[in-house]
Amino acid sequence: MSKKVRIPTPLRKLTNNEELVEIGAATVGEAIVELQNRFPGIQERLVDEKGEVRRFVNVYVNEEDIRFLKNRETPLKDGDEISIIPAIAGG
Amino acid sequence: MKALKCRECGREYPLTATHVCEFDFGPLEVAYDYDRIKKTLTKAAIESRPKSMWRYRELLPIAGEPTVGRQVGFTPLIKADRLAKKLGIRELWIKNDAVNYPTLSFKDRVVSVALSRAKELGFETVACASTGNLANSVAANAASAGLKSYVFIPSDLEQGKILNSLIYGANVISIKGHYDEVNRLCAEIAGKFGWAFVNVNMRPYYAEGSKSMAYEIAEQLGWRAPQHTIIPMASGSLLTKIHKGYQELVKVGLIAESSPKVYGAQATGCSPISTAQKAGLDFFKPVKPDTIAKSLAIGTPADGFYALKVMRETNAAAEDVTDDEIRDAIKLLAETEGIFAETAGGVTVGVALKLIARGKIPREDSAVICITGNGLKTLDAVNGYCGEPREIKPSLREFEALLDKDEKVKA
Repeated sequence: MSKKVRIPTPLRKLTNNEELVEIGAATVGEAIVELQNRFPGIQERLVDEKGEVRRFVNVYVNEEDIRFLKNRETPLKDGDEISIIPAIAGG
Repeated sequence: MKALKCRECGREYPLTATHVCEFDFGPLEVAYDYDRIKKTLTKAAIESRPKSMWRYRELLPIAGEPTVGRQVGFTPLIKADRLAKKLGIRELWIKNDAVNYPTLSFKDRVVSVALSRAKELGFETVACASTGNLANSVAANAASAGLKSYVFIPSDLEQGKILNSLIYGANVISIKGHYDEVNRLCAEIAGKFGWAFVNVNMRPYYAEGSKSMAYEIAEQLGWRAPQHTIIPMASGSLLTKIHKGYQELVKVGLIAESSPKVYGAQATGCSPISTAQKAGLDFFKPVKPDTIAKSLAIGTPADGFYALKVMRETNAAAEDVTDDEIRDAIKLLAETEGIFAETAGGVTVGVALKLIARGKIPREDSAVICITGNGLKTLDAVNGYCGEPREIKPSLREFEALLDKDEKVKA
């Protein structure tokens, strides 16, 4: 088993419409670098100049917001699924 | 409407059902041609139109005439003298969206815009992620417009809010989780099925509907912006849009330039925005909600950054209140003004009380409190906190004895 990243609609142009991408990275931060290597341009959409996840991007590992975990340092294990989701208004 | 524009980087997009910038995920917002609007949207023109929020139609993002919710809005603005006395402020007004049409919350405004626009764009199915009121409004307005609807809610919602969606024949999907989880799921669903998700891909249009609350307040005050407006915050969108509404009225020449302050109200059990504001931060930390104010229970508020910015720029503040303070404030509003607000209204009145008591809103000023939902939908929250009826036999003697006892208690 590997880890998967679910690509949100606005970014699928960069992934040739691939919705689910398999990765081998060990942390969320590394996953973003790995995505960048395979789909150039995707990194700058997700993180700002300082390397921080952009404020309107929410990243989840197995349905938990990484801000409740260890942010970019959040470890990944086999079978984990990362979701990248734009913030939504409510309520 | 000119285009959709990213609030972060300013990139423009066509006026379709899309809500985030492809480059930085920033929210898209509708851009208008204010110079053109200024020419036709005069006070006389507005005052000659029917009393609904559509009298400000040029400032709302649809291309043609409204087709859904034509009667929405223009709710009462009440001069609340008895509550003003209790809160210790010279002048107080209540904008009462607890009696909005047709589902008794401010959400009827945003849904009317979103569904009118959804029909223009050719959608046949509409949907939303909701803490209750939005679901009610989508369900009702979709029914009357002949649209199919799916509403997604957290499973712990008040019974009243659930029934108020089911009755219209909507597909009500209850998600085992809190609102932020419902939201995350809906973001994934929205990308997949080609529906008009009012607060996902229709968000740029939807959110603009909230501005009408500001237009109405200003018109009802005799064409001026109030000094202070106290607004409940869930995602923070309503607060930013009310502020935008006041600014637009200045832009199109309907009111004079002033510096209206907008204050945000949250429940202590879900206060990511007010906590950040009080700490002087320009970013918030997401939280896991735990409050009776379920309509405000959003732990990751999408417009939190902008709400913080607007409060900072208008030199206003945010506050939060506990569940007990919320119930007390619901009772206070009911007993002084005869208005039964839902829990979010308790939050707003409770926060107004705090802001005035702490001198953040000066006692000699004038303020508007926004009541956004109806207490009949959140009966669970106050059940057991407002006394019980006293039962007697159908006997005059028993009733007189009861009155006697009351008199003695008073004496």
